[in-house]
Amino acid sequence: MPIHDQGYRRYLGGRAPRGRAWVVIASAGVRTLLGKRAFLGLLLISWLPFFVRAVQIYAAANLPQAAFLAPTPLMFRQFLEQQEIFVFFITVFAGAGLIANDRRANALQIYLSKPLTRAEYVFGKLAILTTFLLLVTWVPAFVLLVVQVAFAGNFTFFVSNIYLFPAITVFAFLQVVTVGAAMLALSSLSNSARYVGILYAALLFFSQALFRVLQFVTGNTSLSWISLPFDLSQLGDAIFRLPLRYDTPWVLSLVAIVALVVAAGLVLERRVRGIEVVA
Amino acid sequence: MAESDPVVTLDNVTVAYGKSVALREVTASFAAGAVGLLGPNGAGKSTMIKSLLGFVAPATGRMRVLGLDVAASPLDIRARVGYMPESDAHIPGMNAVSFVAYCGELAGLPRVDAMQRAHEMLFYVGLGEERYRNVETYSTGMKQRIKLAQALVHDPDLLFLDEPTNGMDPKGRDEMLELVRDLGHNKGVNLILSSHLLPDVEYTCDHVVVMDKGRVAVHGPIDGLKQPRGRVFELRVKTRTADIEPFLERLRAAGLDPHATDEDVMRVFVPGEAGARELFALAAAEHAQVRHLRPSVPTLEDVFAHAVGEE
Repeated sequence: MPIHDQGYRRYLGGRAPRGRAWVVIASAGVRTLLGKRAFLGLLLISWLPFFVRAVQIYAAANLPQAAFLAPTPLMFRQFLEQQEIFVFFITVFAGAGLIANDRRANALQIYLSKPLTRAEYVFGKLAILTTFLLLVTWVPAFVLLVVQVAFAGNFTFFVSNIYLFPAITVFAFLQVVTVGAAMLALSSLSNSARYVGILYAALLFFSQALFRVLQFVTGNTSLSWISLPFDLSQLGDAIFRLPLRYDTPWVLSLVAIVALVVAAGLVLERRVRGIEVVA
Repeated sequence: MAESDPVVTLDNVTVAYGKSVALREVTASFAAGAVGLLGPNGAGKSTMIKSLLGFVAPATGRMRVLGLDVAASPLDIRARVGYMPESDAHIPGMNAVSFVAYCGELAGLPRVDAMQRAHEMLFYVGLGEERYRNVETYSTGMKQRIKLAQALVHDPDLLFLDEPTNGMDPKGRDEMLELVRDLGHNKGVNLILSSHLLPDVEYTCDHVVVMDKGRVAVHGPIDGLKQPRGRVFELRVKTRTADIEPFLERLRAAGLDPHATDEDVMRVFVPGEAGARELFALAAAEHAQVRHLRPSVPTLEDVFAHAVGEE
């Protein structure tokens, strides 16, 4: 029997309104990553500092001899700094292949032949990475705040440090969007996820090393804006109302980060296309 | 849009990649049904399809697909068309049914419907038994089929098929052509089949647009184009020297159009009322012996060769 005799029916069902394709892309990407055991393991490990901090808060609230462990606003800032190593690994694991793998498999022309814009595609991919990054930054930090209130049995700490929740939220989102945009832009430059991961790590370490050399030469830290991790640290300090650790004005760090995000946007605009023109 | 309206129209469209012009002031229309987009490699077929999908913006001209302006409504168009790209293309890390269902969801189908349609399409294209295999392990022929399945999953009104039989073995190629023919003739799907293979277009399509060097060389219903506005002869001659070129030049000077076939027999298009007598006379004038002369039925190959001027 010819195979076409097995039938082709016209579709008479409904269709989702335009503009939701990014949700489809994001949810498929999240499902795919959650299906990888190594990634699940990484996620679990990245929550270990949260449990340590939760025990610290519990002890401070319930054991008089552990009162010196009482949470401070600095503790939340330090917690987010501790999570930076997991942000790095998750960015490389989940982000490097987001566009590179699609380029390798010529998937862009499949995506862009469907009723979705290039912006939706990029937003969907960004949503995958930001979901997991927020899961190891904003979510545990926020839950720690809730844990503090629960173990203390009052809102005293929360109210006296009312800026903490917005500070956690602003810093986590700033970090996640910056890192996500940078990684997506790098991912769009290659067909190899492995190469993208190495490139990302090299750029971070090189910029940090360069700053240390310049710091040694100039004798001050006013050039910290050349390194993304240091820009984020500087802005983190400013957001959490802590003394700035480098001589760079925090506004300059913010400008550097905005410039990086804009540059990433321009790269993505050029690289995410249904057709690649080789001049 | 009336049924008799063309599904695609191009009006003075020019597309360039830098300094290289891929489409030159193309004006054409594609009728509803199955239309072949025929031409040698580099003729501009794929560029035309990618322009119609909105991947490439034309330097000049306007295009309409299913009555919608490509520049103004690219997403509305993409919701109603299916595209089977020429090169290998899939979403990495997915099995076949997940891939096709995902494409359905991207096109706006609810998840349950997309999954149901994915199973149906995979059975339709002959991959039903292989639908839980990772697409990356598929053979070339299977990848061609799954590209067709993802193009069909959202039930498009118009299908763009870019070289759908590329890399397929003879059996797979025949089955793919059967599918394309079935879609165009029995399932009511309008389709544009881009190919450099004449038999594929002739078997599956009713209309053809022949392209050459970025321009439309000829277009119309295949049966109409094959209608003789002259006659076609199979001809084999023996010339005094090994060089047959002077004889061919004489034929061309007389307004005849010879072109070679795979064998040593050439096909000669003789316009107007002239016939075998004139061919004998021209051969005699060039001192060539006619070893074989037989009237033949015009084929799409003749139309193609005549249009693009190939020998």
